[in-house]
Amino acid sequence: MNASAVLGIVGSATILLALFEMMRRHRLREKYALIWAVVAVFVLLVAAFPLLLQSVAHALGIQVPANLLFFAASILIMVLTLQHSSELGRLEERTRTLAEEIALLRLRIEQPQGLAPSSSTTQQPDDEHQDGDG
Amino acid sequence: MRGDGSDLRVLIIVPAWNEQDSIAATVTEIRTCLPTADLLVVDDGSTDRTYERATGAGAIVCSLPYNLGVGGAMRTGYRHALREGYDVAVQIDADGQHDPRFLPRLLERLDAADVVIGARFADKDDPYKVRGPRRWAMVMLAAVLSRVAKARLTDVTSGFRVSNRRAISVFAAHYPAEYLGDTVESLVIASRAGCTVTQVPVTMRARAAGTASQSPYKATLYLFRAVVALLLALVRDWPAQFDDGVTKADTQVRPDAAGGPDAAHPDAPGTDPTEVRR
Repeated sequence: MNASAVLGIVGSATILLALFEMMRRHRLREKYALIWAVVAVFVLLVAAFPLLLQSVAHALGIQVPANLLFFAASILIMVLTLQHSSELGRLEERTRTLAEEIALLRLRIEQPQGLAPSSSTTQQPDDEHQDGDG
Repeated sequence: MRGDGSDLRVLIIVPAWNEQDSIAATVTEIRTCLPTADLLVVDDGSTDRTYERATGAGAIVCSLPYNLGVGGAMRTGYRHALREGYDVAVQIDADGQHDPRFLPRLLERLDAADVVIGARFADKDDPYKVRGPRRWAMVMLAAVLSRVAKARLTDVTSGFRVSNRRAISVFAAHYPAEYLGDTVESLVIASRAGCTVTQVPVTMRARAAGTASQSPYKATLYLFRAVVALLLALVRDWPAQFDDGVTKADTQVRPDAAGGPDAAHPDAPGTDPTEVRR
């Protein structure tokens, strides 16, 4: 067993252990844990059976199998980051809505009678601006 | 309303972020011009004395817990207007560049449209001059938005506008928080939701406090951001946005509001669709 295989196995095992521990301590939600678990198992497989990677690379016509690994890894990381950006945007939208609702509730507490209902009359346009009308 | 001084309830919404030097004068001036309209200052997480000065000047102040930008402040105001059953919502800047004496003229035009913008550049002799990339951005935005809204619009980045009940219900659910979204994209949203948009020429004053950025670098950046904001606004699958921010009930423009200002009355705050799921 060569060094790169050991490195891969140790790395993926560490990820799996960390995942388990974080889940156990309620630090990670299942929906995020699942994707990382899939990644860790995949890395474990590739590290344990290097022939797998080589045959897939060969089938795809890629000369150096490591390139396939790098390509797959970078795509995966990009997709995950994009997913996080989208989650972040959703969370921002939620906190924005909450902030607005809090402000309106605070207004209701500070002004229990609300804005007094009033009928609105409007003044006629001011004379000095009449010339601006088009 | 409609110039004859009848019974429409008007809410004036003033988004204010660190405007302690101008807010009191703005509030006083608006109250003088429109004494019967309700005035709501939305304090957008100010760290200065905006809240105290606005309250002291007699405005009702709604404080956001942190800064959300004009879009967040305005959506708060529109939600309040919708829930309290106002017929007309007015948006006016806190920095004093919008002259409230034009408001009656803007309100009159609600007869013919759902959103009325107080617009610069409508007349050749407008003293408000903008040059360079910033000007190109404004011209481009105005040209595209005019096509979208099917009306001649010369100043779509103006934050001086009035909306009727129909537009309020759209803006209460969808008022973008992104840069330029509060002006440009909100107009696209209103048009897509079937609201008609028109404008009334106004002259704007120099800001009472603070300065507008006019450096060439910033102007170019503004042009770039304007293009991005516009393209996004046009291609966005509205009203999807972020589904969690709005309830399904929020997204529905009530059919009874479809007839313009005259048809927009029957629903009381209690039947407000946004209250169903809360």
